[in-house]
Amino acid sequence: MTEVNLGEEIVFWISGGLAVLGALGMILSKKAVHSALWVALTMINLAILYIANSAPFLGMVQVIVYTGAVMMLFLFVLMVVGVDSSDSLIETLKGQRLVSIVLAIGLAILLIAGVGAGLTDVVPVGLEEANGVDGGNVEGIARLLFTDYLIAFEVTSALLITAALGAMVLAHRERWLPRASQAELSRSRFLGAGHPGNLPSSGTYARHNAVDTPALLPDGSPSELSIPGPLVARGDVRPIDHHDVDQIESLGGGTK
Amino acid sequence: MNPANYVILSAILFSLGAIGVLVRRNAIIVFMSVELMLNAANLAFVAFARMNGNLDGQVAAFFVMVVAAAEVVVGLAIIVTIFRSRRSASIDEPNLLKY
Repeated sequence: MTEVNLGEEIVFWISGGLAVLGALGMILSKKAVHSALWVALTMINLAILYIANSAPFLGMVQVIVYTGAVMMLFLFVLMVVGVDSSDSLIETLKGQRLVSIVLAIGLAILLIAGVGAGLTDVVPVGLEEANGVDGGNVEGIARLLFTDYLIAFEVTSALLITAALGAMVLAHRERWLPRASQAELSRSRFLGAGHPGNLPSSGTYARHNAVDTPALLPDGSPSELSIPGPLVARGDVRPIDHHDVDQIESLGGGTK
Repeated sequence: MNPANYVILSAILFSLGAIGVLVRRNAIIVFMSVELMLNAANLAFVAFARMNGNLDGQVAAFFVMVVAAAEVVVGLAIIVTIFRSRRSASIDEPNLLKY
C-alpha cells in the first residue's frame, strides 16, 4: 500500500472533491447552461485523476473529447433549444423526487460497502511495468488496440459512421414547399396579421439604445416589439426610467 | 491512502449521476447525468487497471469514450428533433404513447 505517495493523495482529495462538487452543481443548478459548466468542471478533474492513475493517454483524450467536443456540443444544442427552457418544478409522479434520492443514496452505500470493502486488502500491482513494456502508456494502449482488440476497434469505426449518419438523418428537414419569393413574402406580410414593416428598433426615444432597452411609444409606454424574444424570456429587459420620460416631455413642452 | 478510494469516488459520482437522471426533468440535463455516470464507470476502469497491473482496463475505458461520443451525437439530434416538433425539451411532455 506504499504505492500512493503524498503528492498523489493531495491531488486525489482536491480533484476528487472538485469532481463531486461539479456533480452536485449539475444536479442543483436551475439553468441548463450552468449545469453544463459544472459538468465541464467534473470532466476536467476526472482527466487529472486519470493522469494520476498513470493513464496519461486517457487523461488527454478525456480533455479533448469530453470537455472539448461533447460539452461544446451540449452548449451548442442548449443555444438551439433555447436558454430559457428551464425545468418544470411540477412532480408528475407523486413523491418521485424523494424516493429517487433515497434509492440513489442506497445505491451509493451498496456500491461503497460492497466494492470498497472487497478492495481494502488488495495490494495494487501498479502500471509501471505494463507501461514500460512497450516504452510508454500510449505505445502500450496502441499495441493492445491493434492486436487483441483489433476487431472491436474496427467495429468502432462502423459505429462512429453510423452515429454521424444517424445525426444527419435526424437533424435533416425536408423542404415540402418551394421557397417563397420576395413578392410572396411581402404580400403575406401585408395581408396577414403580422407587422408589415421593420420592427421598431430598441431604444428609440429612450435614454439608451442597448438591445435590452425598449423603444418608447409617443405616450411614454415601452414597445414590446422592440425587444428580442429571448431577452424577454430571460427577464433581462431594462425597466423604463419614468424620470427620463418626464424630462423628455418637459423638453418637448419647452420647444412648443 | 488506498487506491480503492478511486473506486469509492467513482461510486459516489455514479450515484450523483443517477440522482440527476431521476430527479431532473430537462432532457439535456438528464443526458448530462448519463454522461457523468459513464465517466464514473471509466474512472473505475482506470483504477482497476492500475490495481491489476495491465492496460486492458484503460482500453475498455477508451471504448466507453468512443461509444459515449456516438451516443451524445445521436441523443442530442433526437432532442433537437423533439424540440422542433413540440417546442419543449421537458421529458414529461412526450407522453403521446400513453393514450
